[in-house]
Amino acid sequence: MTDIIQKVKNLSIGFRSKKGDEILILKNITTNIQKGETVGIVGESGSGKSTLALAMMGYVKHGLYKIGGECQFNSSNLLEMKSKDLEKIRGRKIAMIPQNAGQALTPNLKIGYQIDEALQLHSDLDETEREKKISELLNKVRLPSPETIALRYPHELSGGQQQRVAVAMALAGTPDLLLLDEPTTGLDVTTQAHVLELLNFIAKDTGTSMVYVSHDLGAIAQVSDRIIVMYSGEIVLEGPSRDILKKPIHPYTHGLLKSIPKLSLAGLPESMPGSQPQPGTIQGGCSFFDRCNFSDDNCKNNSPKLEFLKDLNTSVRCFNYEKLMNENEVSQTVNKIKNKSLDKEILNLSEVSISYAKQKLLDQIFNRISDENPTVKDINIDIKKGETIALVGESGSGKSTILKSIAGLLRTKDGLIRFDEKRNLSSDLKERDPNDLRIIQLIFQNPDESLNPNHTVEEIIAQPLKLYFGLKGEELKKNIIDLLQKVRLGEFYTSRYPRQLSGGEKQRVAVARAFAAKPDIILCDEVTSALDVSVQAAVLNLLQQLKEDFGTTYIFVSHDLAVVRAISDRVAVLYQGRLCEVGPSNDVYKFPSHPYTEVLLGAVLEPDPDIKPKLVAEDIVEEKPPEKGCSFQGRCSRIVGDICKKETPPWQLTESGNAIRCHIPIKELKKQQF
Amino acid sequence: MLFLIIKRILLGFITLFIVSIITFVGTEVLPGDACTTYLERQAFGEQLEACYRRLGLNVPAYERYVSWALNAIQGDFGYSLSGEMPIKDVLGPRIKNSLVLASAAIFIGIPIALILGIITALWRDKLPDVAISTVTIFAMTIPEFISATLLILIIAIWLEWLPGIVIVPTDVSFLELLPNIILPVVAIAMIMTAHMARMVRSSVIQVMASEYVQMAILKGVPYWKMVFKHVLPNALLPAINVVALTIAWLLGGVVVTEVVFNYPGLGRLVIESISNRDLPTVQALAIILASIYVSINLLADLLTLMLNPRLKTLQIRK
Repeated sequence: MTDIIQKVKNLSIGFRSKKGDEILILKNITTNIQKGETVGIVGESGSGKSTLALAMMGYVKHGLYKIGGECQFNSSNLLEMKSKDLEKIRGRKIAMIPQNAGQALTPNLKIGYQIDEALQLHSDLDETEREKKISELLNKVRLPSPETIALRYPHELSGGQQQRVAVAMALAGTPDLLLLDEPTTGLDVTTQAHVLELLNFIAKDTGTSMVYVSHDLGAIAQVSDRIIVMYSGEIVLEGPSRDILKKPIHPYTHGLLKSIPKLSLAGLPESMPGSQPQPGTIQGGCSFFDRCNFSDDNCKNNSPKLEFLKDLNTSVRCFNYEKLMNENEVSQTVNKIKNKSLDKEILNLSEVSISYAKQKLLDQIFNRISDENPTVKDINIDIKKGETIALVGESGSGKSTILKSIAGLLRTKDGLIRFDEKRNLSSDLKERDPNDLRIIQLIFQNPDESLNPNHTVEEIIAQPLKLYFGLKGEELKKNIIDLLQKVRLGEFYTSRYPRQLSGGEKQRVAVARAFAAKPDIILCDEVTSALDVSVQAAVLNLLQQLKEDFGTTYIFVSHDLAVVRAISDRVAVLYQGRLCEVGPSNDVYKFPSHPYTEVLLGAVLEPDPDIKPKLVAEDIVEEKPPEKGCSFQGRCSRIVGDICKKETPPWQLTESGNAIRCHIPIKELKKQQF
Repeated sequence: MLFLIIKRILLGFITLFIVSIITFVGTEVLPGDACTTYLERQAFGEQLEACYRRLGLNVPAYERYVSWALNAIQGDFGYSLSGEMPIKDVLGPRIKNSLVLASAAIFIGIPIALILGIITALWRDKLPDVAISTVTIFAMTIPEFISATLLILIIAIWLEWLPGIVIVPTDVSFLELLPNIILPVVAIAMIMTAHMARMVRSSVIQVMASEYVQMAILKGVPYWKMVFKHVLPNALLPAINVVALTIAWLLGGVVVTEVVFNYPGLGRLVIESISNRDLPTVQALAIILASIYVSINLLADLLTLMLNPRLKTLQIRK
């Protein structure tokens, strides 16, 4: 046996409900972290994975308390320790890299001070040595010009840079164990791939043990040696990373892997029914029982124990794992999308520019927008009736801005947005008539914020029905129930409030509300990114089904290229508010493609330890699009010279009908990329 | 930054200008004027005309506004009707007295409020919090005329420790005033402190629950260092504006308390001049109170701007 660095034994953490019942967040967790290994803890929101990671530092959040068990570090139980002694372990022996570095860095203290604080606490260096060490650390996490970065405040850095600072801060105490709580969630794909690569490098370089907590199997696959899968506060599967990702023997993991969209597969993944139970609602029996394809009566009445299988070196909590052992690798079946789009053009964007610049008084008076370098520029897209077109790009690429303009929330600076070849929609909401408003509906990213918490589901769905069709009484009720059934929610949901629904259910209500207006076009703004993976597949399948039933056109905005691959017919790639590439999904996801698409696709993390991301370009953040030339000139690795900086690249068509905006001839690109 | 300060100051002047017009128009449209009030039943014929000439009321309203405004800028608000003396001289000692009262309340109240707020937040839901929070709720909800009256009853009448009402000339010296202001200060400070302590409490609690404080704990920062370095600077920033409003409210004269204690401050002057229909004094008071509010809010905004690095860079970038 190698050295164990942290031993978690029979750990239970919970809270007391208003009725006084003890509700468990973590149930009897036992696991060991070995020296030098990286363990991935994966689970959906509410599975208790973060609570477990925090307990490994002897920290229990306000409102929760330890019910039993221990977290042993150097043979002392962290959960029983006095805070004086904990202060000597935290940051020095065990350090944490938080999920959201933007929130986790103290806003009023400079970066340099926050790292220095860790050094002061956990090292004996004097001031000049510490100053040198800060530069060293910032260098190690590959931040440019450490001396100036140290003098900045957290909000002056980009998300990726903040995350790197958090890593540097954690490394300051040279810890033996690093806990990472979703360290790359919320970062752009390319940044995420770079940060992961850095973490891998640090793990190898320093021999630090790592516990990597994430909901993202793709990220976990890239870093971990061993994976722990958690489901409603229990470990359901634990074993070597490769085995778990390739041949999971627990039905939950199996289903989870099947529901993740992959870059290599067009079409929608299979969805898992239901959602994770709320803490305290499980009556007995297996917590995964009602979502499981392999369950039987035994599972309903008895809860399975975590069983260690010696020859697989894996622990599993399932009565029927043997059924899964006989299955081969996870074979992912997808529901191929039936492409029924017509040739009829429904929405046309020509030469659209949008500006966020604050307007001068004179411009306000003349009701015009003057901005030499607008946020979004030269957007030309024809959208056909019944197709799903996806806008992809990193944050700041202008994809949501374009959606807002189509919806009328932002007026365009130049160019035309035309509906059905005739109707001009370039104006904003105030100038649109009710019918113009009805034909375009929007589904937002976060249903928690887009549904009024004081309205029942009935009231939420009734609003568009009353507004656009003037429905009343019985007819209104009938329509609401119809819509609820269409989004697979029963009649009894009508009287519920949003807070009584799960994330997936809320998003279904939002979908029903959008469809209530009988729109021609639905704008989907990152509709699945706030949802858990297993729920995401179900919502995607629902959207596809509704589209086939109603012939609706979707404009789908997402940063997740695998999701886009799964649902869209056509993809438009944007960088800094300028189009880089537009074409059928199948072609965009094949090479040759625009250098930026290449970068994006290379950075996608697949839940497969054999597929490593390719890091082509640096993950610099540009604040403004370049004034002239190609929009991607600042980060392009294939730049061919002055022409890229001076001239806007022309559109080139590939054989398969894919349009790319680049100075490099397509044949050249093909040669370089293969 | 400098541009911003200038902009704010200009905006302050515009606000004052608008306030001056509103008060001027307000007193203008009221039935009757200074002369009819002053002369009462003799307000007709020759006498009225003479009075108009003497007070300069016989010229058009806008001319009177301009000359009044020009004088007001130089600190000359004309003559008070009741006392027949320059308003300047009436206001001077009153402002001083209000200032004494307000600063005493501020110097006692704010530190106590901060300490109580921080204690209740750090010992949230524990005994110190429950005890202090109960007391602050009471102090907040009891109207000041009741708490003031009770104070007079207990301290002044039953115990006879301090004078119950202030019977001193308006221009009394500071030392003579001191024993007289203790009760009013306590009455005001009670409400103010309770309000601010609760504000500070919720602000500190909010910051304590933030991810950066959790991060500081997980970094191994000792508790008190964490409180002073990571929590308080961020928690007290939003308090600055509330403190400013409180100070403005205090300087503007705490009307009820001043009346109950018969304290010769600005607040009582407001009541007196309104009931005497002393319009020039009312006008002058309105302008002075508005200037106090505007300038203290301006100061608070600039202070927040200077202390919050996030706002500072935002402004510079623009």
